[in-house]
Amino acid sequence: MTVEQVVRALGLNVRSGASKLDQKVGGVYVSDLLSDVMANAKQGDIWITLQVHQNVVAVATLLDLSGVIISRGAEPAEAIIAKAEQEGVPVLTSPEPTFEVAGRLYQLLSEPDAPALK
Amino acid sequence: MNKKKIEKTADTKHKIALDFTIEGNNFSSAGEASIRLKHALQHIGYPALLIRRIAVAAYEAEMNIIIHAQRGVLKAEITPETVTIWAEDEGPGIPDVDLAMQEGYSTAPDYIREMGFGAGMGLPNIKRCADKFEIQTHVEKRGNIEKGTKVKIVIYNK
Repeated sequence: MTVEQVVRALGLNVRSGASKLDQKVGGVYVSDLLSDVMANAKQGDIWITLQVHQNVVAVATLLDLSGVIISRGAEPAEAIIAKAEQEGVPVLTSPEPTFEVAGRLYQLLSEPDAPALK
Repeated sequence: MNKKKIEKTADTKHKIALDFTIEGNNFSSAGEASIRLKHALQHIGYPALLIRRIAVAAYEAEMNIIIHAQRGVLKAEITPETVTIWAEDEGPGIPDVDLAMQEGYSTAPDYIREMGFGAGMGLPNIKRCADKFEIQTHVEKRGNIEKGTKVKIVIYNK
């Protein structure tokens, strides 16, 4: 499954990294603690977080994550978008809370052919 | 805005040295030294899994300087066999290193925790990623030894 397929299935807003949506999604990691993400997220994971500062981009870049979903309608600052664009990190936003985003992603990655949860 | 710069880049035949100045409390460019180190390793073809360990260790060391010190340096030496990272700061020092090595223990202030730092996982993450890990820390100046913390991380390409 690619980041683009995830974007379509979940109706995410693409805020940066539009040219990198063909990357494969390996899995998903959910955390708002950066060191926890550094220790436990895997290459190719999508990371769901409420953090909206620039270090999100540094963490995603260092770990080669396939993308970052900022949930619950949190709004990333312009500086992050510029940085993410420069580093080629897809920053995606969703109005839904983390639980819903994670649940829908779990279903999508476990059963890619099932209709998406509404 | 980026005050962090490469001060010296020496590229001899089998050794690459990188040297970054890290400014305390500057979160806007935090992680850039580690990203530069990662790009250098990718450029010379280090294995991806090793790059991950080096990147995690360097990032945690870089963040520790930014969170706890006024300033510091992050230095790296890359050879085909070894990556060595030194993170040296003029911060307050660590009163109890054993405590600081425990996962979950942190002295970071609230505003830093709100950004998702200060989980008390920095030093444990470094140790987990390193083949060799040394820490020297002084909470006050003694003779010629300045206050601050020096961390040395060695990761073997094997």
